[in-house]
Formats: sequence, C-alpha cells, structure tokens
Amino acid sequence: MARQPTQSIFDTELLAPALRQSVVKLHPRILVRNPVMFTTGAAALLATVLLVRTAVSGGDFLFEVQIVFWLWLTVLFGNFAEALAEGRGKAQAAALRSTKAELRGKRIKGDSHQNVPASELRKGDIVLVETGDLIPADGEVILGVASVNEAAITGESAPVIREAGGDRSAVTAGTRVISDWIKVKVTAEPGTGFLDRMIALVEGASRAKTPNEIALTVLLTGLTLIFLVAVGTLPAFAAYAGGSLAVPVLIALFVALIPTTISALLSAIGIAGMDRLIRFNVLAKSGRAVEAAGDIDTLLLDKTGTITLGDRQATEFLPLSGIRDAELIEAARLSSLGDETPEGRSIIELAGQGEAAPDGSAVVGFTAQTRVSGLDIGDRKVRKGAVDAVLKLHAFEAAAVREMKSLTDRIARAGGTPLAVADGTRLLGAIHLKDIVKSGIKERFAELRRMGIRTVMITGDNPLTAAAIAAEAGVDDFLAEATPEDKLELIRKEQAGGKLVAMCGDGTNDAPALAQSDVGVAMNTGTQAAREAGNMVDLDNNPTKLIEIVGIGKQLLMTRGALTTFSISNDVAKYFAILPAIFVTLYPGLGALNVMGLASPESAILSALVFNAIIIPLLVPLALRGVTYRPQSAARQLIQNLGIYGLGGLIAPFVGIKLIDIAVSGLGLA
Amino acid sequence: MDHATVILFIVGGTALLSLPLGAYMKWAMDPAPGQANRWTALFQTIGGASADQNWKRYLVTLLVFNALMFTVTFVILATQQWLPLNPDERGALDPTLVFNTAASFTTNTNLQHYAGEVSMSYLSQLAGLMWLQFVSAATGIAALTALARGIAGRPGLGNFLMDVQRASFLVLLPLAVVVALLMVLGGMPMTLQGSAVATTLEGAMQTIARGPVAAFLTIKQLGTNGGGFFGPNATHPLENPTFWTNALAMVAIILIPMACVWMFGRIVGRQRHAAVIFTVMTAFILVKIAGAVIFESAPTPAFAELAVSEETGNLEGKELRLGATTGPLWAVLTTATSNGSVGAMHDSLNPLTGLMPMAGMWLNATFGGVGVGMINMFLYIVVAVFVAGMMVGRTPEYLGHKIEAKEVRFAILALFAHAVLILGGTALFAATALGQTTVQDPGAHGFSEILYEFTSAAANNGSGFEGLGDGTGPWNIATGLVMLLGRYLPIILPFAIVGSLMAKRRTTESAGTLGVEDATFGTMLGLTVVIFGALTFLPAAALGPLAEHFSLP
Repeated sequence: MARQPTQSIFDTELLAPALRQSVVKLHPRILVRNPVMFTTGAAALLATVLLVRTAVSGGDFLFEVQIVFWLWLTVLFGNFAEALAEGRGKAQAAALRSTKAELRGKRIKGDSHQNVPASELRKGDIVLVETGDLIPADGEVILGVASVNEAAITGESAPVIREAGGDRSAVTAGTRVISDWIKVKVTAEPGTGFLDRMIALVEGASRAKTPNEIALTVLLTGLTLIFLVAVGTLPAFAAYAGGSLAVPVLIALFVALIPTTISALLSAIGIAGMDRLIRFNVLAKSGRAVEAAGDIDTLLLDKTGTITLGDRQATEFLPLSGIRDAELIEAARLSSLGDETPEGRSIIELAGQGEAAPDGSAVVGFTAQTRVSGLDIGDRKVRKGAVDAVLKLHAFEAAAVREMKSLTDRIARAGGTPLAVADGTRLLGAIHLKDIVKSGIKERFAELRRMGIRTVMITGDNPLTAAAIAAEAGVDDFLAEATPEDKLELIRKEQAGGKLVAMCGDGTNDAPALAQSDVGVAMNTGTQAAREAGNMVDLDNNPTKLIEIVGIGKQLLMTRGALTTFSISNDVAKYFAILPAIFVTLYPGLGALNVMGLASPESAILSALVFNAIIIPLLVPLALRGVTYRPQSAARQLIQNLGIYGLGGLIAPFVGIKLIDIAVSGLGLA
Repeated sequence: MDHATVILFIVGGTALLSLPLGAYMKWAMDPAPGQANRWTALFQTIGGASADQNWKRYLVTLLVFNALMFTVTFVILATQQWLPLNPDERGALDPTLVFNTAASFTTNTNLQHYAGEVSMSYLSQLAGLMWLQFVSAATGIAALTALARGIAGRPGLGNFLMDVQRASFLVLLPLAVVVALLMVLGGMPMTLQGSAVATTLEGAMQTIARGPVAAFLTIKQLGTNGGGFFGPNATHPLENPTFWTNALAMVAIILIPMACVWMFGRIVGRQRHAAVIFTVMTAFILVKIAGAVIFESAPTPAFAELAVSEETGNLEGKELRLGATTGPLWAVLTTATSNGSVGAMHDSLNPLTGLMPMAGMWLNATFGGVGVGMINMFLYIVVAVFVAGMMVGRTPEYLGHKIEAKEVRFAILALFAHAVLILGGTALFAATALGQTTVQDPGAHGFSEILYEFTSAAANNGSGFEGLGDGTGPWNIATGLVMLLGRYLPIILPFAIVGSLMAKRRTTESAGTLGVEDATFGTMLGLTVVIFGALTFLPAAALGPLAEHFSLP
C-alpha cells in the first residue's frame, strides 16, 4: 500500500460502488446497528405503506409521495456516507488481498523444504526465504541476514536489514527479500497476521464501536425516544382540540427532529478517522486506541531521534592542562579512524585532514562491554570512549583524573556527552559531543502544553546532560539513565495519578512499557514482541508522529461532538417550520409562529424534511476530512466549536429551510 | 414599589442570603472528619448506625424510609375520623384521595386535591402532612449531599439515617423556627383551637377556619413543599396576611434551593463551578420572571367588556393587597423551585404568563426542589459535559470522572421519564373523558389545565392551574403514580450514575480537559437545558398557552 495522494471525496471510482452500497445497506440487519437510522428507515416504510393506502383511497398523493421520497433519501444518504468512507479502505484491502493470495512459503522439514501455500503455515513452523521470495507469514528471523523491501506495507522503497537476534528480527508477510536469505520462525496463525489485521482494518469489517461512539449512540437513541414521545402524543392532543393530524406529516416531524444528521455520519466519521491514521502510515489495532490518543495527558518521548537528531556531533576538543591542542586532536582522530558511527565520523570531520592510519596498526572496535574504541599502532594504544570506561583502562595520574572529571562535568552540564581520550598511560583530554535538538521541536512542545499534554523525555544520558537537553528542547520533565524498568515504573506512576500515557518503542525490552501505556506506538522496524505489545504500529518508524497521532484522535472526537451539536441545534428551526404548519388547522392563530414566512403548510413540512436530508451529503466532506483542528486549550476549542457548530446549527436551518421553501413553492411542488 | 425593585429585592436578596446558608449547610450536612459536630454523636444514637454506605445501600435505606413515611401517612389520613386532634370533626376521606395525598406529601410535591381547612383534621395536617413537609425535604437534601460526596471522590456516600436527621434538625428546623416567628409577628395565626365563629357587620354568623398556620406554612415554603393549610394557599388572608409576609414567603421559597447549589460546590470542593451553575439557574429564573411580568402587564380579555380600568395589566385572580408584581413573580418562583404554593390564581394568568410556570416545571432544575433541583441539574450537566467534552477532543470528563455510555444512558433515561410522565399522562387524559369532562374551560385553556396538572405532579411541584376538577378517582390515582415516579426515578438514576463514576479510575484535569468553571461551560449548560429540556415540550406548549394566546382577540 503505497502512500497515496489524497483522493478527492467524489472520485468517480469510489462513487459508483458507494451508491450501490447505499442500497445494499438498507438491509434491516445492517441498518439496525445504527438505531436512529433504523428508526428513520422504519418511519419511511410506514409512510410508504400509508402512501399505498392514499393511492387507493384518495388523498394528497403528490404531497405524500414527496414525503416518502425524502424519507427514503435520508436513509440512503446516511448509507452513502458510510459506504463512501469505507470505499477508500476497500480498494486498499483488495490490493492487499491479492498479495496475500499469492503467498507461498518453503517450509523446512528436517534437511529439506517443501513449498506450501501460506495458509498452511502454523505458528512455530520454520520457513526459508531466499532472494526474490515474498515472506509468507509474520515471524522472527532465527538465522541469517537479509535486506528486505517493505514497500508493500510501508510504501517506503528503500530496503531495510532484517537479521537474527537483536531489535531488527521481525518480518512481515507480504514483504520481499531482495538479497541473501533468512530462516524465519512463523509467529502468527493464518488469518491473524499483520496483513490480515491490516486488511480488516482498512476495510472497516471488524470495526467495533468505540466506547465514545457507543455512549454517543446511547445519547442519540435516547433523544430519539424523547422525540417519539413528543410527537407520538400529538394525535391525542389534537383529538382534544377536536381535530386530527395526518400520520405522514407526523412522521415527517419526527424524522426532522431526531438527530439523523449526526447519526447518518457517525460511522463515516469513525472510519475516516482510522483512514486518516492509515494514510499517515500508522496502523491502529482498534478504534479505541485512536480515541485514547485524544485523551493522552503524558507523552513519553525517547530523546534520540525524537527530540534530538539521531546523531551526536563532536563540537569541541578540550585538552587537559599541559597537553597541546594538536596532540589531543591527533589522538582523537587516530582513535576514530576505525569508527564508522556518525559520532566517529563527526570527530574526524572536526579534527580536519591528517595522516592515514600507519601500516601495521590495528583497529580496536567498540563493544558494549569495553565501551571504548581506538587504534593500536605497535605498542601504542590510542583510545577514546565513555569517560568511566577510559578511566578504567589504566591507573592514570590522580591530578589528571580529577581534572578530567571536572571537564566532563562541565560538558554534561551543557547538555553534551563527554568522551575521554587517552594515549597509552597518558590522559589527553575530552571531546564534547553535542546532541542537536531538532529545529521546531520546542514550539511543538509548547503547543502540546497548551493542549494540556505534558512531555517527558526518556534518555539513557546522565541527569546533568538530560537536564540541559530537556531545558533546550522545552520538555516538561525527563527521565535520565532510564532503564526499561524505570520506564515501566514511570508509566505506572503517571497512571496511578489519573493520567493517560502514550509512548513509542521498538525493542523487546520496550514491550512491557508499550503494553502498560494507554497508547503504545511500536516502530515497524521493531521486534515482534514490541509490535505485539503496542496498540499502534508506525510504518515509517518516526517517533515524532506520536504528536500527530494525538491530534488525529482529538480531531475524531471533535468532529463527532461538533456534528452532534450542529444536528441537535437544528431542531429549533425545524420546530418553527413544522409546528405552525401542522397545528394551523387546529388553531389558526398558531400561524403566527411561522416566523420564516414559509409559503404553505405543505411547503413548510417538505422544506424542513428536504433540509434534513440534503444536509447529510453536504456535511459528508466535513465528516471525512474532520473539523479544523489547531492545538489550543480546551476552553478556546470549546468556544470555537460552540460558535461555529452550535450557533451555526441554530441559524443555518432557518436560512436553508427558507431557501428550499422558495424553491419548492416556486416549482409548485407543494 | 416598581417591578424591578421588588424582583431585585427578592431574588438578589435571597441570592446573597444563600451564600452563608450554603456554607452552614456544608458544615451541618457534611462535617469534615476532624470537626464532627457534637450533634453527630446524638444522631448516631438515634439512627442506630452511622457507617458509610455505598450507593446501593444508601439508596435502599432512603427508599425504605420513604416507603415507611408513605405508609404511616396513609394510615393517619385513612383513619383521621377516629383519631384525636380533630376539633372540627372532619370525616373520612376518599381512598384515592388518601393515596394521592400520601404520595403527594411523601414526594415533596404537595399537590392538593382537597381544601385543607374543610377536609383535614389538625392531626392529619400536623402529624401526617407537616411532618412529611420536613422529612421529604430532608430526604432531598440528604440525597444531594450523598451525590456530592460520591462526585467528590469519597469512598462512601455517607449514611442516610444520619443525613436525614442532620437535614431535619440542623437545617430545616432552626430555619423554620426563625421564619415562623417572623410570620407570626406578621399576623399569621398559630393555634390549636378550632375554627373561630364571628358575627359579621351584617349580623351574619361566619365560621373562620384557623389553626397552626404559621408552623405549617413556614416549612411548606422552606422545604419546597407548597401544600397550603388552606385551600387557596398563600392567597388566603390568614396564610399570607401582609406584603411583608408575602415577601418573606417568596424568600423562603427559593432560599434553600439556592443554598443547595453552594453546598454542592463546597462538598465537591469546586465553588467556582457552583457559581457557574448558580448563574445559569439565575439566568433562567430571571428570563421567566421578566416574561411573566411583561406578559401579565397586558390586560386580560375577560375584562374587556367590563367597565374597569386595566392600566395596570391583568388583575384577574390577583391579591391586590400584596402588590401587582408579586402574582407573576410568585408564580415563577414557586414553579422554578418545586414549591407549588400559589400567590395568585394561575388559571387567571394571561396565556403566555401561564407558560412561564410550566416551563419552570418542565426544566425542574433552575433551582428546583430542595436538594433534588440540583440533582436534576446534575443530569443536564452530564449531558452537557458529554457533548462539550467531545467538542474539545477528549473522552468527556466531569470533575475527573469519565462520562461514558452508562452515565449517558441513565441521564437520558431520567430526562425521558420526565417527558413520558408529563406528555403521556396529558395525552391519556386529554384524549379521553377522564380529562375532557373535568376541565373548566373549553379549548386550549382547558388543555393547559390538564397539561399543567401532570407537569406539576411529575415535577413534584404541587401547584395547580386550578379550574380543573381534579378531585376524581382517576386524577387521584394517575397523578399519585406520576408523583411517585417523578420523585424517585430522578433520585435512583443519578445515584446509579454516581455509583458508576465511583467505580472508575479518576483522571486529573489539565488545560486539555473541559473546564466547568467558565462562561463557555455555562452557555453550553444553558443550551443543553433549553434543547434537551424545553424543546421536548414545545409542541404541547403550542397547543396550550401559545394556541390560547394567538387566538385571543
């Protein structure tokens, strides 16, 4: 699924199937999932039956037939909105399905292997994947290294390395090995893999209603019941007044009053929200996770790659007293010659041109145990590395060690990482490696703070360094020298204080924290364990996205709230259109309530019903795109949305109904 | 005095008085653990137990207690002809009337399908009805206190038997004594002697009903009961002798409902939030008062043909000795709270003026009944918070409690029940002979009479539009049932909401949380009340007061 340019909502390719689906979705079993639209459908059916009676026994057929037409159209518009939202996902799902259908794997049995369809692979099976093969199932690399093209999933065509052990061992079904071979242990049963989940997700098939959606459905259904009572008692009231009210008219009033607008758009809003995430290359395992993202109070962000550029840069050489600058620089350069890390390269760059490594010298590589690297030139051992590790290499002079410590403290306080340089038994000085804070990140954190979200930086650095970077980046808090356990502890503590926590991670040791957090975003390059533990997967492996994910979650809820407010506010105008129209026969004086000056009672009823129906497709673009969202405080957000959708919802139908009335009466429809 | 001065004096003055009273009520009802006042020990002895109850136990105790009160009152009323303290030898009452009256006073409604001075013995009035005027109000205050404790995040809701004693003895009784003394000073009778017999100037003999009026009347006002000692309620000269008793009575009507908001704010520890709620309620009340006074300044068409001056507006059914403003003002206050005492003939109000009291009861939360008015507002708050919460992009939260499907379901169910009780009852009686034969006036006005009666019963208000022959068996039974459902559903459902909230992890508030302490939230709450509360009743209003208004010549 390559990243696609934003499709126009009224793309003809999507339009035709959506139109077809809106009729298919009239099936009661599908309709009943949305109680308000089901009620509208039932009302339309009743009106249709009454229409038949009118056709047989006489009555205002032309008027009634229009009521029935608009009632059905209301239901169809709702179905159309949902179908349109699903359409985009369906097209993507179809592509993924065809990929899935052709997957075959070489299952290893003893010494030989056998080519079987992917559907026969079970958890625990081992498959061989060679150059050019598609990986048949989700799994863990247990042997070998290969470069894999994951474009089918991420849309990113640059291949990535997958290897046994470590944090880059997870592979996904449907991706292609483009060089070398690997043995993969299958970790997912057929039908439960990543690809399957993605298909279900983009298709919306398994879209369970989220807690907020359920609560909103309850509210809308309750409101429908209240209006059922309000309208259902009217015949009795009319009987008291010695008159009667036509049932089709009452049905029209009822449907106009119940919150059809928001109900019709409800599932489209939800699907579009998920879709927005998917187009953003983030897969959420459930809609619940997307909503939870909007509720986040605390964001745990890893320093490296999120807050700072991934690589630290050498910015300064600091010799001890009595050591010449040139000597330190030369030693630093020599010790970094074999160092291919970005830090190493930045040291060489800063040191400038010099000799190449002398013949017979040997590169001493960095290991996690020694935490130093360098060059052996004969007996001369030039080393650089973590300060404490270098200091352990030799019993250096006490005065030098003391000076080194004060030097490194100074670097740490400035937010840098110190490296010590030694030449044999002599301590030469320190290198200042600096973390470069990403440009613009401070502003992002300020935005988050206005939204009430606290950011906590997680880093392995010592507290001094961490504090300096935290201050530079503008985060609210930091966790220094963080171990995975510390992370988990922090999440628990935040949650105990009533906060919802989001984080991202990739390694196996992140899995517990990912599982504990309310929103855990796993990097797609991460381990299978991390991907299982998180409730979202970021296909682009970009931790900064967490901020956007929060925004998407908020926008989803906001769109629902705004359209609910709009829908309910509309009722005021609808009352003023329909009530005088239906009561004017009982009490002519009530014509005074016809504040809009609608042409005739029939035209008034019809206009309200037409407005009620066509507002649905008019709002579809808004439902799919989501309401405009800027990071700001809840108070400002509420004023803005209440102004636009509350006040707008009060006024718009007065204008809309009047215009439709002019058209309806002008055309002589009523 | 002109309209504005009287209104400012009554509403503004009471608002000021309600502040210290709210603080006192917090002290009395919900003493902090360290400062348990010395009454606590006494109440523990009387109540037997004082252990914290969870919402279910609290609710069950409340309901059982109310069921007992209902039974005792039923028995007293049903046997009053054989019981003592009956100097004027009042006879047996109709069984449906006994049911209706017992339900009416247990539910703090005080809908009266009888005239007290001709039907009830002193024992019935004092031991049956006045006792209930205390404890039914105390039940409301206790319920609100418990609800607030739950919202405040306490582990338990408190103990009902303790709370009901605190409300009776520490809040209602002292206030009632003070107000009753002022009323007696104002000329109100307070005696256990039978009716006085007087010879009039024309030489005719007149029997003047009297009795322990001041005691009865004071608690009727303070406890938003509203049931009068005399049939004409506060328009009777002995139940409301002067301008000053009239003003004092109006203050008493809204005093405790106003103070309940402050008490709620203090218990949940959010006084700014309480101030927002208070402002919204006051705004509604002022709109209704303004509407009523303005609409009532139009002359009544009934007098159009008579040779009377109508410059001061509609004077039909007013007590002129009390001033022209007080009729509509009282009508609004008594229905905004669930009081229901009447200071003017509601049936004689101009149609649109009559709409104002009805609107007050449809909402039933713009101050509302003692304790329960704030509870009703809580339901609107739940709905407002839910819709507004989504609009700020978070799962809706109220004071750190997540509002989810369960809470929304119970809140909307309570609002639904209110609509069903009023509209369903009205539909049944309006469409059949049950109601049609009992109305006094034809057309839309008669419809208003029926609508008003069910509205009053469902809102536990108790005022009558009058003119309605509501003393029939069907009326007694129907309104009796409506009163019981209209009382206990809006207590049970909010308790269930709080029970559900208490079971959840509480969240902390931040700049991203919906604020409930600013004007924006107040606006949202006001809109919610209008749209979810008032709009439901617009069709009925159109066929009643509006139809009548627009058909006036």
